[in-house]
Amino acid sequence: MDFSLSAEHESFRRVVRQFAEAEIAPNSEEWDRTHEFPTATVLAMGDLGLFGLIFPEEYGGAGADFLTLCIAIEEIARVDSSLAITLEAGVGLGANPILQYGTAEQKDRWLPDLVAGRRLAGFGLTEPDAGSDAGATATRAELDGDEWVINGAKSFITNSGTEITSLVSITARTGPEEISTIIIPAATEGFVVEPGYRKMGWRASDTHGLLFEDCRVPAENLLGDRGRGFHQFLEILDGGRVALAAMSVGVAQGCLDHSLAYAKERKQFGRPIGANQAIAFKIADMQVAIDAARLLTYRAAWLKDQGREFRQAAATAKLFASEAAVDATRQATQIFGGYGFMDESPVSRFYRDAKVLEIGEGTSEIQRMVIARALGL
Amino acid sequence: MKIAVCVKQIPDPATPYELDSENHFVVRPDDQVLDDTDRYGVEMGLQLAEATDGEVVLVSMSPANNLQGIRQALAMGADKAIVIDDEALRGSGALVTARVLAAAIEREGADLVIAGTESTDGYVGVVPQMLAELLGMPAMTFARKAELTDGTIRIERQTSGGYDVVEAPLPALVTATSGSVEPRYPTFKGIMGAKQKPIEQPSCAELGVESVGSAGSGQEIVEVRPAPERTAGVKIQDEGDAHTEIIKLLEQAKVI
Repeated sequence: MDFSLSAEHESFRRVVRQFAEAEIAPNSEEWDRTHEFPTATVLAMGDLGLFGLIFPEEYGGAGADFLTLCIAIEEIARVDSSLAITLEAGVGLGANPILQYGTAEQKDRWLPDLVAGRRLAGFGLTEPDAGSDAGATATRAELDGDEWVINGAKSFITNSGTEITSLVSITARTGPEEISTIIIPAATEGFVVEPGYRKMGWRASDTHGLLFEDCRVPAENLLGDRGRGFHQFLEILDGGRVALAAMSVGVAQGCLDHSLAYAKERKQFGRPIGANQAIAFKIADMQVAIDAARLLTYRAAWLKDQGREFRQAAATAKLFASEAAVDATRQATQIFGGYGFMDESPVSRFYRDAKVLEIGEGTSEIQRMVIARALGL
Repeated sequence: MKIAVCVKQIPDPATPYELDSENHFVVRPDDQVLDDTDRYGVEMGLQLAEATDGEVVLVSMSPANNLQGIRQALAMGADKAIVIDDEALRGSGALVTARVLAAAIEREGADLVIAGTESTDGYVGVVPQMLAELLGMPAMTFARKAELTDGTIRIERQTSGGYDVVEAPLPALVTATSGSVEPRYPTFKGIMGAKQKPIEQPSCAELGVESVGSAGSGQEIVEVRPAPERTAGVKIQDEGDAHTEIIKLLEQAKVI
C-alpha cells in the first residue's frame, strides 16, 4: 500500500497552486462582491489545460486520470469556490456526459472547445419540483418529425448562461416512464436563460434558472440512448460527488492555511492566539478532518480510475468532506473573530461558500441514503 | 537556432533554509525548485525559439537530487537539459559556475545564451557576465524585451530612467529581467512530457573543466552575518499637516 502521489501529480499540484494564488486569489474578494463571472480567468484556466485533463488526447485533452482533476479542483477551491465549481461543473457535468454518451459526431462537434476551456457546458437536471427526487422530472420532450419540442423548467444550473456557454444537456421526459438526455445548444430559440440568482455563496459562478418554451432541437441532439437519462445522470453524479468532495477538501485546506497563519500572527493577552489550546485544538481538529476527507476522496477517485465500483465510496467521500468543509469554515471564522465576520476576510467568503457543498450533487441526506442502501437498508 | 537557457534549482524559498557551517553555502535539500527568476529566461527562450523554429536547451550546475526544478522548466516546453552535478564542484563560487556553464554551452553549441539577472539563493549576480566573457559573447544585460532578426539580437535594456535599445550580432548572451515576459504555467501534458525529455549529466572531466570547488573559485565567503533587525518606523501624528511630513520623508528616501 502506497499513499504517495506520483512526482507528476505533485508537480501539477504546485503549478495549479501557483496559478490559483497568482491569478485568482488577488481578485476573489472583488468578484464575490460584484457577482462577476470572471470569463478571462476561466479562459486562462482553459489555457492551463484544466478543463481538458481527463479527456482523451484526440479531443485535445491530457488523458490524465480522475485523481489529477481532483487535485486541480482541490487547489482552485483552496482559494476560490466559485472558480472551483465552474471547473467541476464544466468538466464533470458539462463536457463529461458528451464524452460518455455522445455519438462520434456529437463529440467532434462539442468536445474540442469544451476540452480546451474555450467554451463551457452545463447539465440541467434539477427542476423547481424535482430536486433530490430527480425521477419526478416534469420537463417534456416530444418528437415532432425530426425535432424534439421541449417544454419545462430547470433550476440552479451552473455554467448555463455565461458568454462562453455552448450547450446545456438536460433531462426530459420523453415518454410516460422514460427520461432521456437532450443537448440544447446555447441561443436556441425557446431556450430562455433567466437572470442569475442572488446567492449566499459561489457568487462569482454562473447559475441560472432555465425555461423551455416550445424549444426545438434536431432529433439527433438526443444524448445517449432514449430512456437512459435516469441511469446516465446517476452515473454522472457519482463522478461529480468525488469532484465535489475534492472541492470540499480544498475549501477546508484553505481554512486551515488561513487559520494557521492568523493564529501565529494575531496577538491577544500578550501572545499569539495559537499559543492557546482553545485555538490550537480547533486547528488540530481541522487538520484531522482534512486528512480523513482527503483520504476518502482520493480512495474514491482511485476506485473510479481503476474502473471499479465507487458509488458508495463517492457518497462517503462527498458526505464526510462537505461536512468537514462546513465545520472548517465555521471554526476558521471563529478563529478570525470580528475580522472573520467582515466581508473582506477570505474566511467569511469561505463560510458563505461552503454551505452548498452539503446540498449540491446530492444533499448530505441523499448521500446517507446511498450509503444506507449499499448496506442493504 | 539553438538557445541555451541557464537555470538553477534552489531550495524552496517558502521553506526555512540552513547554511553550511564551513563554506557558508546554502545546504541543498533533495526537493529543490526552479529559481522563480529563471522562469523569465525560460519563457524568453521559448518565445524566441517558437519564433525561429528553434530549440531550447537548459544548462544548469547544481546538485541534481531529484531534478524536480529542472523538470519544471522542461514542463514549460524546453527540449532538453544539461545538468552538471559533480562531487568536485562542492563549494564552488561564481567563477567556477561560469567556467562549468561555459564548457557545457561550448560543447553543446548555442547561437544565443539566456540567463536570469541573478539567482534568488546566492544573489552574487555576476555569473552571466563572466559567462559572456568566457564564451567571447557580448553581454546584453537586463533585457526587458528581446527580438531576433536575421542573426541580430535587439534588446531593451532596463535602466533607472527608462531603457536603452541595444543590438548585437549572434552569438550573444542576454539576461532577462523579472517581468520581461509572462512565464507560462506548465500544463499537465507538459509535466508528463517532461518525463521523457533527455537530461544529460556530464562530469567536469567530460567537460574538460579543471580546478573547481572552493580552490578554483578565487574567493571564499569568510563570514555570514544576519541582517540587522528592523527598527521601528517613524510615527507621525496627524495634526492636519501629516501629508507634508510624509512627502518630506518620501523625498528624503528618494522615492518621489
